[in-house]
Amino acid sequence: MAALGEVLPEAEALSWRPRVDAARLRHQGRLWTLSAAFHVLPFGFAAALLMWVQPLALPVALACLAHAWVIPELYAQRGANVLRPRPRAADAPEQRSAGLLGDLLDHEARDLHARTGLVLEPGRLGTWIVGEAGAMLLPGRRGRVYCYCIKVDPRHPAAGELPSGDRIAHLLLALRSDEHGFATVANLSFAGARWRLRRRLHKELRPALDAAVARLAHASTRTG
Amino acid sequence: MSRLIRMDHTGHSTVAEWTADDPAAVDAAVEAFRAELDRGYLAMITAGPGQAEQVRELPVDADLVILRLPIAGG
Repeated sequence: MAALGEVLPEAEALSWRPRVDAARLRHQGRLWTLSAAFHVLPFGFAAALLMWVQPLALPVALACLAHAWVIPELYAQRGANVLRPRPRAADAPEQRSAGLLGDLLDHEARDLHARTGLVLEPGRLGTWIVGEAGAMLLPGRRGRVYCYCIKVDPRHPAAGELPSGDRIAHLLLALRSDEHGFATVANLSFAGARWRLRRRLHKELRPALDAAVARLAHASTRTG
Repeated sequence: MSRLIRMDHTGHSTVAEWTADDPAAVDAAVEAFRAELDRGYLAMITAGPGQAEQVRELPVDADLVILRLPIAGG
Protein backbone atom coordinates (compact mmCIF):
# COMPACT_ATOMS: atom_id res chain seq x y z
CA MET A 1 0.00 0.00 0.00
CA ALA A 2 1.11 3.55 -0.67
CA ALA A 3 2.20 5.96 1.99
CA LEU A 4 -0.54 7.03 4.38
CA GLY A 5 -0.12 10.64 3.29
CA GLU A 6 -1.66 10.09 -0.13
CA VAL A 7 -5.40 10.67 -0.19
CA LEU A 8 -7.65 9.24 -2.85
CA PRO A 9 -9.28 12.14 -4.75
CA GLU A 10 -12.64 10.38 -4.52
CA ALA A 11 -12.27 10.34 -0.73
CA GLU A 12 -11.32 14.02 -0.68
CA ALA A 13 -14.60 14.77 -2.40
CA LEU A 14 -16.47 13.09 0.47
CA SER A 15 -15.19 15.45 3.14
CA TRP A 16 -18.27 14.89 5.35
CA ARG A 17 -17.47 11.19 5.73
CA PRO A 18 -15.16 10.29 8.61
CA ARG A 19 -12.05 8.65 7.23
CA VAL A 20 -12.05 4.92 7.93
CA ASP A 21 -9.27 3.58 10.09
CA ALA A 22 -8.98 0.47 12.30
CA ALA A 23 -10.82 2.11 15.22
CA ARG A 24 -13.65 3.35 13.02
CA LEU A 25 -13.87 -0.07 11.43
CA ARG A 26 -14.32 -1.70 14.84
CA HIS A 27 -16.92 0.93 15.71
CA GLN A 28 -18.84 0.21 12.51
CA GLY A 29 -18.67 -3.50 13.25
CA ARG A 30 -20.11 -3.02 16.73
CA LEU A 31 -22.91 -0.86 15.33
CA TRP A 32 -23.78 -3.60 12.86
CA THR A 33 -23.87 -6.19 15.63
CA LEU A 34 -26.11 -3.91 17.71
CA SER A 35 -28.39 -3.26 14.78
CA ALA A 36 -28.67 -6.98 14.04
CA ALA A 37 -29.48 -7.68 17.68
CA PHE A 38 -32.26 -5.05 17.62
CA HIS A 39 -33.71 -6.74 14.56
CA VAL A 40 -33.42 -10.31 15.82
CA LEU A 41 -33.94 -10.28 19.58
CA PRO A 42 -37.54 -8.97 19.57
CA PHE A 43 -38.59 -11.95 17.46
CA GLY A 44 -36.82 -14.32 19.84
CA PHE A 45 -38.48 -12.72 22.85
CA ALA A 46 -41.85 -12.76 21.10
CA ALA A 47 -41.48 -16.48 20.36
CA ALA A 48 -40.58 -17.24 23.99
CA LEU A 49 -43.42 -15.08 25.30
CA LEU A 50 -45.96 -16.72 23.01
CA MET A 51 -44.90 -20.19 24.13
CA TRP A 52 -45.08 -19.15 27.77
CA VAL A 53 -48.54 -17.59 27.43
CA GLN A 54 -50.07 -20.14 25.12
CA PRO A 55 -48.23 -23.27 23.92
CA LEU A 56 -50.83 -23.69 21.19
CA ALA A 57 -49.29 -20.61 19.59
CA LEU A 58 -46.34 -22.77 18.54
CA PRO A 59 -46.78 -22.08 14.79
CA VAL A 60 -46.67 -18.32 15.39
CA ALA A 61 -43.66 -18.72 17.70
CA LEU A 62 -41.91 -20.72 15.00
CA ALA A 63 -42.69 -18.00 12.47
CA CYS A 64 -41.10 -15.47 14.84
CA LEU A 65 -37.99 -17.63 15.13
CA ALA A 66 -37.86 -17.97 11.36
CA HIS A 67 -37.88 -14.18 11.09
CA ALA A 68 -35.09 -13.98 13.65
CA TRP A 69 -33.07 -16.38 11.51
CA VAL A 70 -33.89 -14.92 8.11
CA ILE A 71 -33.09 -11.27 8.82
CA PRO A 72 -29.32 -11.81 9.39
CA GLU A 73 -29.28 -14.19 6.43
CA LEU A 74 -30.72 -11.48 4.18
CA TYR A 75 -28.07 -9.05 5.39
CA ALA A 76 -25.38 -11.63 4.73
CA GLN A 77 -26.79 -12.20 1.25
CA ARG A 78 -26.54 -8.48 0.61
CA GLY A 79 -22.91 -8.66 1.70
CA ALA A 80 -22.17 -11.67 -0.49
CA ASN A 81 -23.69 -9.90 -3.49
CA VAL A 82 -20.86 -7.35 -3.59
CA LEU A 83 -18.60 -10.03 -5.08
CA ARG A 84 -21.16 -11.38 -7.53
CA PRO A 85 -19.77 -11.46 -11.08
CA ARG A 86 -21.27 -8.94 -13.49
CA PRO A 87 -22.21 -9.55 -17.14
CA ARG A 88 -19.19 -10.27 -19.31
CA ALA A 89 -17.94 -8.18 -22.23
CA ALA A 90 -16.79 -9.80 -25.49
CA ASP A 91 -13.97 -12.35 -25.28
CA ALA A 92 -11.21 -10.15 -26.69
CA PRO A 93 -11.66 -7.24 -24.25
CA GLU A 94 -12.07 -9.69 -21.39
CA GLN A 95 -8.77 -11.40 -22.23
CA ARG A 96 -7.01 -8.10 -22.74
CA SER A 97 -8.23 -6.75 -19.41
CA ALA A 98 -7.30 -9.97 -17.64
CA GLY A 99 -3.79 -9.60 -19.09
CA LEU A 100 -3.42 -6.08 -17.70
CA LEU A 101 -4.80 -7.11 -14.33
CA GLY A 102 -2.43 -10.09 -14.31
CA ASP A 103 0.49 -7.70 -14.77
CA LEU A 104 -0.53 -6.03 -11.50
CA LEU A 105 -0.64 -9.31 -9.56
CA ASP A 106 1.79 -11.91 -8.34
CA HIS A 107 1.55 -15.52 -9.47
CA GLU A 108 -0.61 -16.68 -6.56
CA ALA A 109 -3.12 -13.85 -6.97
CA ARG A 110 -3.27 -14.43 -10.74
CA ASP A 111 -4.06 -18.09 -10.13
CA LEU A 112 -6.82 -17.23 -7.66
CA HIS A 113 -8.28 -14.71 -10.11
CA ALA A 114 -8.32 -17.33 -12.84
CA ARG A 115 -10.23 -19.71 -10.52
CA THR A 116 -12.64 -17.30 -8.84
CA GLY A 117 -12.60 -14.00 -10.74
CA LEU A 118 -11.54 -12.30 -7.50
CA VAL A 119 -8.29 -10.75 -6.36
CA LEU A 120 -6.72 -11.09 -2.94
CA GLU A 121 -4.88 -8.02 -1.69
CA PRO A 122 -3.15 -7.65 1.67
CA GLY A 123 -3.52 -4.26 3.32
CA ARG A 124 -2.99 -2.44 6.58
CA LEU A 125 -6.60 -2.86 7.70
CA GLY A 126 -6.60 -6.56 6.86
CA THR A 127 -6.85 -8.78 3.82
CA TRP A 128 -9.07 -7.60 0.99
CA ILE A 129 -10.96 -9.60 -1.61
CA VAL A 130 -11.63 -7.38 -4.59
CA GLY A 131 -14.36 -8.08 -7.11
CA GLU A 132 -15.84 -6.20 -10.04
CA ALA A 133 -18.26 -4.06 -8.07
CA GLY A 134 -17.29 -4.51 -4.48
CA ALA A 135 -14.75 -5.69 -1.99
CA MET A 136 -14.58 -7.58 1.27
CA LEU A 137 -12.25 -6.89 4.13
CA LEU A 138 -11.16 -9.49 6.67
CA PRO A 139 -9.44 -7.58 9.44
CA GLY A 140 -8.36 -10.57 11.46
CA ARG A 141 -8.21 -14.34 11.59
CA ARG A 142 -11.44 -14.73 13.50
CA GLY A 143 -14.89 -13.34 13.26
CA ARG A 144 -16.01 -10.43 11.28
CA VAL A 145 -16.01 -9.61 7.61
CA TYR A 146 -16.85 -6.23 6.08
CA CYS A 147 -18.50 -6.07 2.67
CA TYR A 148 -18.31 -2.91 0.61
CA CYS A 149 -20.14 -1.77 -2.50
CA ILE A 150 -17.70 0.14 -4.64
CA LYS A 151 -17.24 0.35 -8.38
CA VAL A 152 -16.17 2.52 -11.26
CA ASP A 153 -18.27 5.68 -11.04
CA PRO A 154 -21.33 4.90 -13.19
CA ARG A 155 -21.77 8.63 -13.94
CA HIS A 156 -18.82 8.39 -16.34
CA PRO A 157 -20.02 7.41 -19.83
CA ALA A 158 -17.27 4.81 -20.29
CA ALA A 159 -17.92 3.06 -16.96
CA GLY A 160 -20.54 0.64 -18.20
CA GLU A 161 -18.42 -0.70 -21.06
CA LEU A 162 -15.47 -1.94 -19.08
CA PRO A 163 -14.57 -5.63 -19.12
CA SER A 164 -14.31 -7.46 -15.81
CA GLY A 165 -10.52 -7.33 -15.44
CA ASP A 166 -10.54 -3.55 -15.86
CA ARG A 167 -13.30 -3.14 -13.31
CA ILE A 168 -11.19 -5.00 -10.78
CA ALA A 169 -8.01 -3.17 -11.80
CA HIS A 170 -9.72 0.19 -11.17
CA LEU A 171 -10.59 -0.85 -7.63
CA LEU A 172 -7.22 -2.48 -7.02
CA LEU A 173 -5.23 0.60 -8.06
CA ALA A 174 -7.39 2.84 -5.88
CA LEU A 175 -7.04 0.44 -2.96
CA ARG A 176 -3.29 0.29 -3.37
CA SER A 177 -2.94 4.05 -3.51
CA ASP A 178 -5.05 4.83 -0.41
CA GLU A 179 -6.57 1.91 1.49
CA HIS A 180 -8.27 4.06 4.14
CA GLY A 181 -9.67 6.37 1.49
CA PHE A 182 -10.91 3.35 -0.46
CA ALA A 183 -12.83 2.14 2.60
CA THR A 184 -14.16 5.67 3.10
CA VAL A 185 -15.50 5.99 -0.43
CA ALA A 186 -17.06 2.52 -0.39
CA ASN A 187 -20.52 1.93 1.05
CA LEU A 188 -20.62 -0.67 3.79
CA SER A 189 -23.32 -3.17 2.90
CA PHE A 190 -22.67 -5.77 5.59
CA ALA A 191 -20.46 -6.37 8.59
CA GLY A 192 -20.91 -9.64 10.36
CA ALA A 193 -19.94 -13.21 10.93
CA ARG A 194 -17.67 -14.77 8.36
CA TRP A 195 -19.33 -18.18 8.66
CA ARG A 196 -22.70 -16.66 7.84
CA LEU A 197 -21.35 -14.80 4.84
CA ARG A 198 -19.47 -17.82 3.52
CA ARG A 199 -22.69 -19.80 3.25
CA ARG A 200 -24.25 -17.03 1.14
CA LEU A 201 -21.30 -16.79 -1.25
CA HIS A 202 -21.45 -18.57 -4.58
CA LYS A 203 -19.60 -21.88 -4.34
CA GLU A 204 -17.10 -20.77 -6.99
CA LEU A 205 -16.20 -17.68 -4.95
CA ARG A 206 -15.61 -19.40 -1.62
CA PRO A 207 -11.98 -20.37 -2.39
CA ALA A 208 -11.15 -16.65 -2.37
CA LEU A 209 -12.54 -16.27 1.15
CA ASP A 210 -10.70 -19.42 2.23
CA ALA A 211 -7.48 -18.09 0.71
CA ALA A 212 -7.90 -14.81 2.59
CA VAL A 213 -8.40 -16.68 5.87
CA ALA A 214 -5.35 -18.84 5.13
CA ARG A 215 -3.28 -15.74 4.39
CA LEU A 216 -4.34 -14.17 7.69
CA ALA A 217 -3.51 -17.37 9.55
CA HIS A 218 -0.12 -17.52 7.88
CA ALA A 219 0.57 -13.86 8.68
CA SER A 220 -0.38 -14.28 12.34
CA THR A 221 1.79 -17.41 12.63
CA ARG A 222 4.76 -15.48 11.30
CA THR A 223 4.20 -12.52 13.60
CA GLY A 224 3.37 -14.34 16.72
CA MET B 1 9.74 2.23 -24.23
CA SER B 2 7.34 3.80 -21.72
CA ARG B 3 3.59 3.57 -22.24
CA LEU B 4 0.53 5.52 -21.24
CA ILE B 5 -2.51 3.25 -21.34
CA ARG B 6 -6.17 3.85 -20.69
CA MET B 7 -8.50 1.15 -19.38
CA ASP B 8 -11.54 1.14 -21.65
CA HIS B 9 -14.07 -1.06 -23.44
CA THR B 10 -11.33 -2.78 -25.44
CA GLY B 11 -9.51 -3.93 -22.31
CA HIS B 12 -7.00 -1.16 -22.62
CA SER B 13 -5.72 1.23 -25.29
CA THR B 14 -2.25 2.66 -25.67
CA VAL B 15 -2.60 6.43 -25.60
CA ALA B 16 1.08 7.31 -25.96
CA GLU B 17 4.52 5.73 -26.10
CA TRP B 18 7.79 7.49 -25.50
CA THR B 19 11.40 7.18 -24.54
CA ALA B 20 13.01 9.71 -22.25
CA ASP B 21 15.61 10.64 -24.87
CA ASP B 22 13.01 11.52 -27.50
CA PRO B 23 11.72 15.04 -26.64
CA ALA B 24 9.09 15.05 -29.37
CA ALA B 25 7.58 11.77 -28.16
CA VAL B 26 7.70 13.01 -24.56
CA ASP B 27 5.91 16.25 -25.52
CA ALA B 28 3.23 14.29 -27.35
CA ALA B 29 2.81 11.97 -24.37
CA VAL B 30 2.53 14.90 -21.97
CA GLU B 31 -0.12 16.47 -24.17
CA ALA B 32 -2.06 13.21 -24.40
CA PHE B 33 -1.71 12.73 -20.65
CA ARG B 34 -3.20 16.15 -19.89
CA ALA B 35 -6.02 15.59 -22.37
CA GLU B 36 -6.98 12.36 -20.60
CA LEU B 37 -6.89 14.04 -17.20
CA ASP B 38 -9.16 16.75 -18.58
CA ARG B 39 -11.57 14.00 -19.62
CA GLY B 40 -11.81 12.90 -16.00
CA TYR B 41 -9.26 10.09 -15.93
CA LEU B 42 -6.86 9.60 -13.04
CA ALA B 43 -3.29 8.51 -13.71
CA MET B 44 -1.68 5.77 -11.65
CA ILE B 45 1.74 4.21 -11.53
CA THR B 46 2.75 1.12 -9.63
CA ALA B 47 5.21 1.92 -6.88
CA GLY B 48 6.43 -1.53 -5.95
CA PRO B 49 4.55 -4.72 -5.07
CA GLY B 50 1.09 -3.91 -3.74
CA GLN B 51 1.62 -0.19 -4.06
CA ALA B 52 0.20 2.38 -6.43
CA GLU B 53 0.50 6.09 -6.61
CA GLN B 54 -1.55 8.74 -8.33
CA VAL B 55 0.39 11.14 -10.50
CA ARG B 56 -0.72 14.54 -11.72
CA GLU B 57 2.17 15.08 -14.12
CA LEU B 58 3.47 12.50 -16.56
CA PRO B 59 6.39 10.69 -14.93
CA VAL B 60 8.68 10.48 -17.94
CA ASP B 61 10.87 7.80 -16.37
CA ALA B 62 7.96 5.44 -15.54
CA ASP B 63 7.60 2.29 -17.62
CA LEU B 64 3.83 2.22 -17.43
CA VAL B 65 1.23 4.84 -16.56
CA ILE B 66 -2.34 3.59 -16.27
CA LEU B 67 -5.38 5.81 -16.66
CA ARG B 68 -8.39 4.85 -14.61
CA LEU B 69 -11.82 6.32 -14.04
CA PRO B 70 -12.95 7.58 -10.63
CA ILE B 71 -14.63 5.11 -8.33
CA ALA B 72 -17.73 5.56 -6.20
CA GLY B 73 -19.64 3.71 -3.52
CA GLY B 74 -22.31 1.48 -5.01
